[in-house]
Amino acid sequence: MGNVTKTAAEIQLAPARQEMTGPRGPKPGRTLSRRNIMIYGTLIVVSLYYLLPLYVMVVTSLKGMPEIRLGNIFSPPVEITFQPWVKAWAEACTGLNCDGLSRGFFNSVRILIPSVVLSIAIASVNGYALANWRFKGSETFFTILIVGAFIPYQVMIYPIVIMLREVGLYGSLTGLVIVHTIFGMPILTLLFRNYFASVPQELFKAARVDGAGFWGIYFQIMVPMSLPIFVVAMILQVTGIWNDFLFGVIYTKPDLYPMTVQLNNIVNSTQGVKEYNVNMAATILTGLVPLTIYFISGKLFVRGIAAGAVKG
Amino acid sequence: METKHSISIKNLRLSFGALDVLKDLNLDVGRGEFLVLLGSSGCGKSTLLNCIAGLLDVSDGQIFIGERNVTWEEPSKRGIGMVFQSYALYPQMTVAGNLSFGLKNAGLPKPEIEERVNRAAKILQIEPLLSRKPAALSGGQRQRAAIGRALVRDADVFLFDEPLSNLDAKLRADLRVEIKQLHQQLSNTMIYVTHDQIEAMTLADRIAIMRGGQILQLASPNEIYNRPANKYVAEFIGSPTMNFFDGEIVGGDGLRFAVGNHAFPLEGYDFRDGLAVQGPAWFGIRPEHMVTGTKAESARIRLSGQVELVEPLGSDTLARVAVDGRSLWVRMDGQANIRDGDDIVVGFDPARANLFDKSHENRL
Repeated sequence: MGNVTKTAAEIQLAPARQEMTGPRGPKPGRTLSRRNIMIYGTLIVVSLYYLLPLYVMVVTSLKGMPEIRLGNIFSPPVEITFQPWVKAWAEACTGLNCDGLSRGFFNSVRILIPSVVLSIAIASVNGYALANWRFKGSETFFTILIVGAFIPYQVMIYPIVIMLREVGLYGSLTGLVIVHTIFGMPILTLLFRNYFASVPQELFKAARVDGAGFWGIYFQIMVPMSLPIFVVAMILQVTGIWNDFLFGVIYTKPDLYPMTVQLNNIVNSTQGVKEYNVNMAATILTGLVPLTIYFISGKLFVRGIAAGAVKG
Repeated sequence: METKHSISIKNLRLSFGALDVLKDLNLDVGRGEFLVLLGSSGCGKSTLLNCIAGLLDVSDGQIFIGERNVTWEEPSKRGIGMVFQSYALYPQMTVAGNLSFGLKNAGLPKPEIEERVNRAAKILQIEPLLSRKPAALSGGQRQRAAIGRALVRDADVFLFDEPLSNLDAKLRADLRVEIKQLHQQLSNTMIYVTHDQIEAMTLADRIAIMRGGQILQLASPNEIYNRPANKYVAEFIGSPTMNFFDGEIVGGDGLRFAVGNHAFPLEGYDFRDGLAVQGPAWFGIRPEHMVTGTKAESARIRLSGQVELVEPLGSDTLARVAVDGRSLWVRMDGQANIRDGDDIVVGFDPARANLFDKSHENRL
């Protein structure tokens, strides 16, 4: 009954609707346009190109040695066996130790956690101070730090060896943690400084009027607002430190080698037969940590990188 | 020191390197006064406010709030509440959290914090919003919450840094009225920075017009409108801006302002200190002080011209009139029936005029 009464405007507008001719409404799109075929074709080819090695690795790691010797690297395993995985994790020998990659894994974890926590904690405070508490010479300090990001690592390797030796930390995990923390500093400070600089200055002023001090503002205002950038920093550091080989092999000794170094030693051992299945399993095991990190936080990673990039 | 002043600023100077942002600035604000700092961007008005708040370190001079010298005091110890243009609400806290943050930092007992937050929320009518996060608020609600954060501090002095600039026109007008009511209700000192002359005129007890780090004129809105201290102030206040004639004050039988082949009589013009002067000068007259039609017939000064452009606003009509190759803006009745190309006579009274010296541009 409600639509019996029409307003004057409706009565006037109604005929106009019917008179419309020609195109109207959303423009129809073609799903199979030449452009779409190009885009999706390229994407599929590229992703196959990247996924193929992973496929070969997984397949090989699930085969027994007799099957591998047949030479069909692309064929799926006839008989699935997890023995290579067990061997890679717990039995493979490097030097005198025959407890597999597990030793390297736990070494890596013991390096990773303190390095990531320490470097992010220090760099975020650095970035916060540089962005919000401009002190005399802060710009100079920042410039020096940035220059540090462009100095090749190789230049500093030997001096650091000497420095660690002098303080008695050479060959220890603590020494390696310190090295990772220092080398992460320039890029992380830059990341945090740019992020905090993009936080409205008035927020910082309001907090000062509200009586919050240096640490009060940092912990109560800045940190809760900066989850994305902390995740980005964490991803950068976890993958960077986990994948590190050079520092691990230089600054530690065989008992304390991180997983990457141990993987290399397993794969490159010259004695006996090449156990491709064990090597493949070991490699996948080593790569699993960064892979997991990317899968969990990929979205935040992109968001954080973009947030840091807008203001420089 | 000072007892009758709420805020007293003495010889304040602020420079960033070689750039002087505030130059030897003196300002006294009375207790309970609503002072507006008005100026275009870059004039130092926000800088001055930040200095009062203690968010910027001054290069020289002193700042007193109440009877205390707070020049070196932390912002939180100055007894101020501040409201920012971008609201600056802490995004991860609820409105209640935002309001109580400063009180928690000050170490107030919980029941008192709660009481103060509830009182402020009641005054600003944001009680239903207390448990919401700022992201879930509209612009007007956010600014209300930001005002609430200043309110709970029970400060003697409120500082507003362009609080309404991020709001749309309708909300701005509403909130402007609310701020005025709030001032009537609380009667504490307020310093309000804006570049919007309507906000300044409607809110202020006194307006300080700033330019280049200095206060050009500090006076009531009426005084500023009717007797601008110099040409810049005269141009800044009023929309459309004041019409100016470039000419000379000449003597003879009664003072006259000679421009082109006209000579405007200056009888009734209130010279500064009653001191009539002669020489090159600007003659300024506001568009709304020009009359047309039958009223123009009886005006002291009459000019005939041609309408170039008409802007009907409903309540008023603005017309740009070409007189001897010069364009004058005239404000007339909203229903005035004119079109471009019409011949028109405009008239005005020298008593409503403003004369400024040609060289130093100060009021004569």
